[in-house]
Amino acid sequence: MNLTLRIWRQPGADAPGEMVTYEVDGISPDMSFLEMLDTLNERLTARGEEPVAFDHDCREGICGACGMVINGRAHGPERTTACQLHMRHFADGDTVDIEPWRAAAFPVVRDLVVDRSALDRVVGAGGYITAPTGSAPEAHATAVPKPAADAAFAHAECIGCGACVAACPNGSAMLFTSAKVNHLGALPQGAPERESRVLGMVEQMDAEGFGGCTLAGECATACPKGIPMPSIAAMNREYLRAAARR
Amino acid sequence: MSTPYTRYATGAPVADTKAPEGPIDQRWTRRRFEAKLVNPANRRKHTVIVVGTGLAGGSAGATLAEAGYHVVQFCYQDSPRRAHSVAAQGGINAAKNYRNDGDSVYRLFYDTVKGGDFRSRESGVHRLAEISTAIIDQCVAQGVPFAREYGGLLDTRSFGGVQVSRTFYARGQTGQQLLLGAYQALSRQIAAGNVEMHPRTEMLDLLVIDGRARGIVARDLLTGRVDTYVADAVVLATGGYGNVFHLSTNAKNSNATAIWRAHRRGAYFANPCFTQIHPTCIPRSGDHQSKLTLMSESLRNDGRVWVPKAPGDARTPQDIPEDERDYYLERLYPSFGNLVPRDIASRAAKNVCDEGRGVGPGGQGVYLDFADALARMGRAAVEEKYGNLFEMYARITAEDPWTRPMRIYPAIHYTMGGLWVDYDLMTTVPGLFAVGEANFSDHGANRLGASALMQGLADGYFVLPATLGDYLARHPHNDRTDPGENHPALHEATRAVTDRLHTLLSTGGDRTPESFHRELGALLWDHCGMSRTEEGLRKALERIPELRAEFWQRVRVPGSGQALNQSLEKANRVADHLELAELMCLDALHRTESCGGHFREESRTADGEAARRDEEFGYVAAWEFTGAGRAPVLHPEALHFAHVHPTQRSYT
Amino acid sequence: MPECFPTFVAMATATRTPPSPTTPQTAPGTTPRTTPPRRPRRGGLLRTLWGSTIGKKAVMAVSGLVMLAYLVAHMLGNLKVFFGPDDMNGYAHWLRTLGEPVLHHGWFLWVVRVVLLTAVVLHGVCAWQLSRRDLAARPVGYRHRRHRASYATRTMRWGGIILALFLVWHLLDLTTGTVNPRGQAGHPYENIVAGFGTWYTNVIYCVAMLAVGLHVQHGFWGAAQTLGVTRPGLARLCKGGSTVLAVVLTAGFLSVPLGVMTGLVE
Repeated sequence: MNLTLRIWRQPGADAPGEMVTYEVDGISPDMSFLEMLDTLNERLTARGEEPVAFDHDCREGICGACGMVINGRAHGPERTTACQLHMRHFADGDTVDIEPWRAAAFPVVRDLVVDRSALDRVVGAGGYITAPTGSAPEAHATAVPKPAADAAFAHAECIGCGACVAACPNGSAMLFTSAKVNHLGALPQGAPERESRVLGMVEQMDAEGFGGCTLAGECATACPKGIPMPSIAAMNREYLRAAARR
Repeated sequence: MSTPYTRYATGAPVADTKAPEGPIDQRWTRRRFEAKLVNPANRRKHTVIVVGTGLAGGSAGATLAEAGYHVVQFCYQDSPRRAHSVAAQGGINAAKNYRNDGDSVYRLFYDTVKGGDFRSRESGVHRLAEISTAIIDQCVAQGVPFAREYGGLLDTRSFGGVQVSRTFYARGQTGQQLLLGAYQALSRQIAAGNVEMHPRTEMLDLLVIDGRARGIVARDLLTGRVDTYVADAVVLATGGYGNVFHLSTNAKNSNATAIWRAHRRGAYFANPCFTQIHPTCIPRSGDHQSKLTLMSESLRNDGRVWVPKAPGDARTPQDIPEDERDYYLERLYPSFGNLVPRDIASRAAKNVCDEGRGVGPGGQGVYLDFADALARMGRAAVEEKYGNLFEMYARITAEDPWTRPMRIYPAIHYTMGGLWVDYDLMTTVPGLFAVGEANFSDHGANRLGASALMQGLADGYFVLPATLGDYLARHPHNDRTDPGENHPALHEATRAVTDRLHTLLSTGGDRTPESFHRELGALLWDHCGMSRTEEGLRKALERIPELRAEFWQRVRVPGSGQALNQSLEKANRVADHLELAELMCLDALHRTESCGGHFREESRTADGEAARRDEEFGYVAAWEFTGAGRAPVLHPEALHFAHVHPTQRSYT
Repeated sequence: MPECFPTFVAMATATRTPPSPTTPQTAPGTTPRTTPPRRPRRGGLLRTLWGSTIGKKAVMAVSGLVMLAYLVAHMLGNLKVFFGPDDMNGYAHWLRTLGEPVLHHGWFLWVVRVVLLTAVVLHGVCAWQLSRRDLAARPVGYRHRRHRASYATRTMRWGGIILALFLVWHLLDLTTGTVNPRGQAGHPYENIVAGFGTWYTNVIYCVAMLAVGLHVQHGFWGAAQTLGVTRPGLARLCKGGSTVLAVVLTAGFLSVPLGVMTGLVE
C-alpha cells in the first residue's frame, strides 16, 4: 500500500507546530498503525531526519500509552487503540491525517505526544480505596454480589488513554472520572469513601481545566474499552448525592 | 588484552546469609522478628528510591510511603499506571484452598519448586506461598474486581497444569486490575506528598558510594536533563530483560538498562540464560513486526495442535485430510497431549517448523484447531470460554478462527534470571534491592503460570517493606555520611552517562538503533532461544562483540539530547542489550545441562527430553561484571533441597 | 563539552538530596501521621454546586425543567385561541385572578414571572460560564473535520442565544405590546391576531419555535442525565420523552401563527 500521511509535527511544548506531509510506500495491510509509523520513522532516521514522536508501549491495547487522532477520530476508525488498528482498514492511496490529542488539559509535548498527567492527579484526588498494606480483612469477609462485581469490572477496564478527552468537543474528562467513581462505588469496599471520592475527583477534574459534559456522546464512541455514556449520569447522581450529604 | 569472554573464572561461592535456619514454615516469621526496626519517627528522614511502577514497584512505593518513609519513585512511562504488569492476562495464584481441593501453602510451595525444575531456593519459595493469601486479601480490600460466583464469593480457575484450582482472576485482565490497585494506592501517597513521583524519567546509572547504593542518575525524557538523586537505599523494580530478543511479548520500551547498569556497578547477575518461551502467541506477519502478542494458554485446553505431515504443504488447512495431519503433541506425549508444559510445547513447535512443516508466512507457525471442540461443545460454549481471544486473533490476523484453525508460534515471554538477591531481596551491592521480575528469585528455571503477579506483589507489599527496614535500621540516616552535591562519585556517574549519550548522538553512522536491535534479537532467538547448542552459542558469542563494535561505529541517532528523543532512548537501551546478550549466551554455554526454559541439545534423555544434571549444576550462577566484553567471574550459589526432592520431569 | 549538551555540565551538580528532617518529633510509639489526604473544598450545598461543572449543570437542568413546565402550560393556554376571543381573553383574565383571595389580583402572574426570571438568569449565567469553560478546554480543533454529535446537541448554544433574543422580542410583542401592531392591554386575542398578521413576526416566531423544539429535544434528555437518571428503562423513557415533548411543544406553538395565517383564527 502507498499512503499520504499528514502528521502534526511540533518540536517542543512551546514551539509552533504544523501538519507535514509524508509519502510512505510498501505498507503491508497486516501492519498495525503504529508499525506503519515505525516504518516511516525508520526511513526518516536513515535519512537523518528526526522521527515522529508518539507514545506507545504494550502494543496490545491495554497500557493506554498510545493515542492519536486519525482522520478526526481518536484512535482511528475502529473501536480499539491505535496499536490494535491495522492498515487493512485503509485503502491504497489514502490520505491519512494524524494529530495529537487536543485539549487544554493535555498540552502537546512533542509531535503526537501529549502530557496526560492531569488524569493521574484526578485519580490522586480520591480514585482509590484507603487500605494500607497489612490492614486487609480476609478476602471472603465481605461477599460482593456478582452483578456488583461485574459492574465494577466493566468500569475498571478503563485504560486511561485519554481518548474520551480528545474526542470530546469540550475536552471533558467526565467519562474517565466516572469510570473510576463507578468502579469503586459499585463495591462495598468503596462505600466508606463514597462522598469524598466523587467530590474530590470532580473538584480536581475541574481544576485541571477539563471542560464540562454536554452529552455529545463522542467520548463513549471513542472509548476503546467501551465505557458507556450512562456512566456519566451515574457519576452525576453520585456527585449530587454527595453534595447534598456533606 | 584481556582473556576471551568465554574464559570466565570461577570465584568464591555466594551464599544467602539472610535466610534463617529452622523449620521452613517459621523462617519468614523468624526473619521478621530478627529484623531491626526503624522508629516510626525516624522513617521520614530516610529517602528510598524506587525505580519502576509495576506490580512490584508500585506496591513497594505505596507501602513504604504508608510506613512513613520518604519515597522518590521513577518510571519511564508517562504515568505509573502503564507499567507492563498491566498486560498480564491469566491470573494470580494463592493458596487459599477456597475450593477445598487439597491446596495448601505447602502444595503451592511444592508445585513452584518442582515447576521451577529445582533451580530456586526453598526458603524463598515457601515465603512466597505463605504470603500469597495475604495478597488476595489486600487486593480485594483495594477494590480489585476479581471474578466472583453468584454467591458473591471469589471464583478461581486452574492454570498451568497444576491439579488444584488456585488462580484468582479478573477476566483476561488480571494484571491490569492488580496494577490499578497498586497504582491507586500509590496515587494516594503521591497526592499526600509522601511519594515524589518522576514519570517520564529513566534511570541510567546507579550511584555507589563507599560500597553502598546511594542513589541513581536519571534522565528526564522530556527535557533531556540528567540529574543525580541521592537516597539511603535504592529499589529496582524494572522488570525483566525479554526485550533483548527484540521480538517478545514485553512492552516495546521495556528494557534492561537499570539492572544492567546496576550489574556494571557491582550487583551480580543470576541465571541470565533462564528465559521463558510461551507457546501460544500470534505468529509474526512480516519483517515489520514490532512485538508479539500472547494469547492465553487456556486455549490449549480445548484446541488441538497440528501441522501437515508433508513438508511444504501449502494447501489451506481445511483441504488437508485428517490422515495427512500430524497432531504431534498427542503423538509424542500421549498422556498429556496438548497440555504439556510451556517449554515442551514450544520446543515441539520449533522442531516441526525446523522440519519444514510449519504453516503460514515463513513457515513459522503451527495450527491450533478448534474444529473438534466446536463439534463437541457447540459454538456458544466455545464463545463463552474463548470469545475475546478469538476476537483478538481475528483483529490481528484478519483470519476467521471459527472456520479456519488459528496459527500460533512460541515467543519470549518472561525472564526467570535477573539480579542476584538474598532472602532480604538485597543484591550484592549493599542498599540496592531488586523486586519482581528484575530479580532472579523464586521461579528457578521455569515459571509457572499466574506466579509472576504473585511474586511481584509479594515482594512489593510484604517482603521488601520488612527487609528494607532492617537495612535502614542498620544504616541510620546521618547527615554527616551524606554525600554532598560535590561528591566526586556524582560527577563521575553523571559524566559517564552524558558522555555515552553524546557518543550516541554524534556517531552519525548509517544504521538505525532498531536495525541493530532486530539483528541482535534474531541472533539470540536462533542460538539462545528455545534450544541451545554449544556450536550455536559460540557462534553468537563471536558475533555479539562484532555487532557491538559495529553499533558504536555505525549507529545513527538524529535529534538532540535536550528534548524528547525516542531514538536516543532506544539506542541507549540497545547498547545495554548488546552487553547483556553476551552474558546470556555465556551463561547458556556454561550450563551444559537442560533445565526448565534452558534446553541444551547435548543434554537429553534417551527419549530426547531435557536431562537435568543436579550434581554438576544444582546451583545458581551469579555473574560478576569485570568490564565490558571482558570475561565475567562466576560465583555459584549451591541449592539445597530438604523438602522437595529433585526428580526428572516426564510427560510422555 | 560538546554543543548538544550545554546544560548537562551545569546540571550535573543539580543533586537532589533527601529533605532535611523537618518532621516534628512525635512521642515514641506513635506513628507520625503523614500529610492527611486532601479534603474537598468546604462549603454548603449551594456553594459546592455553584463551584463545580456538574453542579452548574444541575442548576441548568433544574432551571430548564422549570421553564419547560412553564412552556407546556403556556402552549396549552395558547390553544385557547382556537375557541375564539372570549375564551382566550377570559383565560388571560383568569390567570390574573388566580389565587384570589389569598393572593392579590395579578400576584399569581408576578410570582410566576419572578420564578421564571430567576430560572432564565440562572440558566443563562450557567450556560455562559460553562460554555466559556468548554471552549477554553479545547482551544485547538482538529484539522481533519467531521460531523460530530447530533444537530440538536451541536446547536444548544446558538439555540439558547436565539431563544434569549426571541424572549425579549416576545415580551415586547405580547406582554408590553411595544412592537405589536395593536398592543392593547387586556386583549391578548386581538393582539395575537394582529401580531401574526405581519410577515416578520411570523418568521421570527416560527424560527424561534423550531429552536425551542431542538433545545428541548436535547435539553430534557440532558437534564435527566445531569440529574442522574441511570435506570435503563427510565433513561429510555426520558430520551423518547424528550423527542415527544419537543414535537408536541413545537407543533402546539406553531399552530397559533399557522391558524392566523390560514384564517382559522381571525
